[in-house]
Amino acid sequence: MTDSAVKTYSRADFSSDQSVRWCPGCGDYAILAQTQKVFPDLGVRKEDFVFISGIGCSSRFPYYMNTYGFHTIHGRAPAIASGVKLSNPDLSVWVVTGDGDALSIGGNHTIHLLRRNLDINVMLFNNRIYGLTKGQYSPTSERGKVTKSSPMGSLDRPFNPLTLALGAGATFVARSIDRETKHMQGMITRSYGHKGTSFLEIYQNCNIFNDGAYAPLTNKESKADSVLWLENGQPMVFGAEKNKGIRLDGNTPIIVEIGDKWGMDDVLVHDESDYVIASLLSNLTYQSNFPDPIGVLYAIESTTYEDSMMAQINNAVKKSDKKSVQDILNSGDTWNVK
Amino acid sequence: MSKTTQHVDEVVIRFAGDSGDGMQLTGTRFTEATAIVGNDLSTLPDFPAEIRAPAGSVAGVSAFQIKFSSKDIHTPGDEPDILVAMNPAALKVHQKELPPGGTIICNANAFTSKNLKLAGYESNPLEDGSLEDYYTVYSVEMGKMVSLACEDMGLPPKTVDRSKNFFALGLLFWIYDRPIEPTKDWLGVKFAKRPELVEANIRALDAGYNYGETTEIFMTRYTIDKASLPPGTYRNIVGNYALSLGLAAAAEKSGLNLFYGGYPITPASDILHALSAWKHLGIKTFQAEDEIAGIGSVIGAAFAGNLGITATSGPGIALKSEALGLAVIAELPMVIVNVQRGGPSTGLPTKTEQSDLFQALYGRNGEAPMPIISSATPGDCFFVAYEACRIAVKYMTPVILLTDGYLANGSEPWQVPQLDDLTPFDVKFADKSDLKDGQFMAYLRNKKTLARPWAIPGTEALEHRIGGLEKEDVSGNVSYDPGNHHHMVETRAKKVASIANEFGPTEIFGDNSGDLLILSWGGTMGSCRAAAESLQEKGEKVSHVSLRWINPLPMDLGEILIKFKHVLIPEINYGQLIQIIRAEYLIDAQGLNQVRGKPISSSDIETAVKELIG
Repeated sequence: MTDSAVKTYSRADFSSDQSVRWCPGCGDYAILAQTQKVFPDLGVRKEDFVFISGIGCSSRFPYYMNTYGFHTIHGRAPAIASGVKLSNPDLSVWVVTGDGDALSIGGNHTIHLLRRNLDINVMLFNNRIYGLTKGQYSPTSERGKVTKSSPMGSLDRPFNPLTLALGAGATFVARSIDRETKHMQGMITRSYGHKGTSFLEIYQNCNIFNDGAYAPLTNKESKADSVLWLENGQPMVFGAEKNKGIRLDGNTPIIVEIGDKWGMDDVLVHDESDYVIASLLSNLTYQSNFPDPIGVLYAIESTTYEDSMMAQINNAVKKSDKKSVQDILNSGDTWNVK
Repeated sequence: MSKTTQHVDEVVIRFAGDSGDGMQLTGTRFTEATAIVGNDLSTLPDFPAEIRAPAGSVAGVSAFQIKFSSKDIHTPGDEPDILVAMNPAALKVHQKELPPGGTIICNANAFTSKNLKLAGYESNPLEDGSLEDYYTVYSVEMGKMVSLACEDMGLPPKTVDRSKNFFALGLLFWIYDRPIEPTKDWLGVKFAKRPELVEANIRALDAGYNYGETTEIFMTRYTIDKASLPPGTYRNIVGNYALSLGLAAAAEKSGLNLFYGGYPITPASDILHALSAWKHLGIKTFQAEDEIAGIGSVIGAAFAGNLGITATSGPGIALKSEALGLAVIAELPMVIVNVQRGGPSTGLPTKTEQSDLFQALYGRNGEAPMPIISSATPGDCFFVAYEACRIAVKYMTPVILLTDGYLANGSEPWQVPQLDDLTPFDVKFADKSDLKDGQFMAYLRNKKTLARPWAIPGTEALEHRIGGLEKEDVSGNVSYDPGNHHHMVETRAKKVASIANEFGPTEIFGDNSGDLLILSWGGTMGSCRAAAESLQEKGEKVSHVSLRWINPLPMDLGEILIKFKHVLIPEINYGQLIQIIRAEYLIDAQGLNQVRGKPISSSDIETAVKELIG
């Protein structure tokens, strides 16, 4: 799909003629804008991009991208995207989904896409609420959340999307935030570059039904203490003064202050290829005393499903002398009637 | 006393035994040998849903019936002439369908007190004289003779005992003068890695054959002349395999890549198995995580320009229904095969039924019409699969193909088709020439077929978006306009209806007017045709029409129906096609409905016809 004949595109080339209809102030706008900004530079022919979505606010996304797109049914985008990718592995296939779409009604498809490792890019817009159906709690809503369908507080324990993805065998797991446009651009580019299923969770604010869900991570005053910016090979430090670090006490992560007692060498160093670290990081989410990790948690190389499938087919084609269905029809025990 | 040979026209044999006795395999091998002899034949496998019900129990009985004849036949036979019962439970279950005068061949060694008790016998029917008044009984010590034949091989007794079905097969080969060599060759291939099993089974086969020849128990051999079939090359074909071949043929003729996405389910899984083995033809198969993902992947494949196929049974269709609605509104070509089985719910997974016609017609939200094609015989599955694919692509629509458990596992001799003889199947993907003023209109239709263009990702300048929301006519953009919605509902219905333009005149078996018309669809064709033939021979003015397409119905059907005094619709359901026919043509059609998990017998159809015409 990447070839020398790729035209030079601008952001406008990726904007469709449809008017965008998310609520004013919705975090989805920022995600759309970053995607349209990044795409011209990926070196892919515009006609080779395919966006597949399910149902929910985020799933309107394909209508606004001037690429091939398919707004399908609730939860099924990974299955439909798998069919697209396997039919034509040369396409760059993107799934846009939300917390309800990917983790509730479509949970099964999400985990199976991840374990198969097709080269598909998943962008999960996590606003921790049901927006399109107007405000019920979602599978990522915190326990006790008061919504229209949970007036006394929700009883469900939330899913942690990145822990789930790691458990399902994902080969690329990352997180970004709608407000962090530059970071998001980087994460979209990394997602594209990963060969295999990339799972990018984007914290996205629903200003109508769950406004401020990520306020600590985006407010100027609290941000530095609430976000753990991940960089491969770098120590895990945070805080306005970069003086707090994550350290392992046995198998338990703890926060230490860098200074007299602890030095930089005592802080855990991020390694994107280390499953244990990724798992530990993903579990910091929902722990109010820890910062939330943002960035690439996990990235490993692994064979993709479609490459293995094509290898089997090519091998079978090479080995067999039966080139036509007619050969199969004619084979076996036949007899002639004169 | 020398042995005699008797000439007969047709025979029905039922092999019955425990699930672990290899009855399906025995039946299949007898079928292959019979096909080679050149008889016409029809088979009916009948096995339990349990993979291994307790050995010797009534629940675990598995059976395989074959009818073979020197004449053209349409059904696997109503009642058997010969029952091969490998244990007491098999005798218990199947004896009641053996008419007086029939023959029973039993494995005497399996009639132990334990097995008799499991089958619910208080005394041994082979010894208490309860059978002799009605049947000719051959009590053969198959187990013992097989163990003698393999005595010097040093194999565990359990392994040797598993070969006893080949003893029965050898004996039947002798009685009906079938060739034994092809089965030996087959064993050599099947157990290539276990030469001791090849040897044990061949010894058992020979022992059975020689037992017939040398003992004086069986004094008569039977011969059945070749059936007079049209000249050509023949093979025996099983429905699911024929269907898989039809799909592969459609891919080859159209030049499309075949993508199959599905989830294993009885009795459709053999389609997945067959296609998975044909990777050398470039066929892609995807065993999805569930039924929904199966159809989801197929919808994706269709969007990307592949020939998308899924196969399932009723419960799977139920799970796929929402996605089928998406396929309808997205107007993408694909074929959804429903190998029907007994319902509702899990129902009777291994038994046949025709009760998913309403589901196929109406089982979706909204006005979501889908063409429905059905197969009449195992071999017909090939042609119907090909036709379903061709229509799906030509009209840009999902097509439902209905077969059933009986067709799927049943077999018949089949003239090997030539791909060159099949209806041409051309495909044109949209390209830049489809642009109008530089714009691509995803729902700008072909005036004749009403098909929209198939514009696949990767094609420059045709980037567009589709989805499950209502489309604006022509552009395909999302539209909530009331008038547009009505127009699109109407257009989708018209498009499906226009497929009837493809059909030639409906074929009527018999006169085109008379006292009664038997109207059937799908797998009841054989029983209905046999009944019509028999009645016509008796001088009755009875004709038969078998419907291939149920949606749309052929345009001349109404004209045909009114030329008969009575219309009888036999169905293996509680009355489904009959409601459509009554509603569509306002005629007083009568039903013959049996929902017993097996084909309706032709004699029951004859009886019903006689009751109506007096």
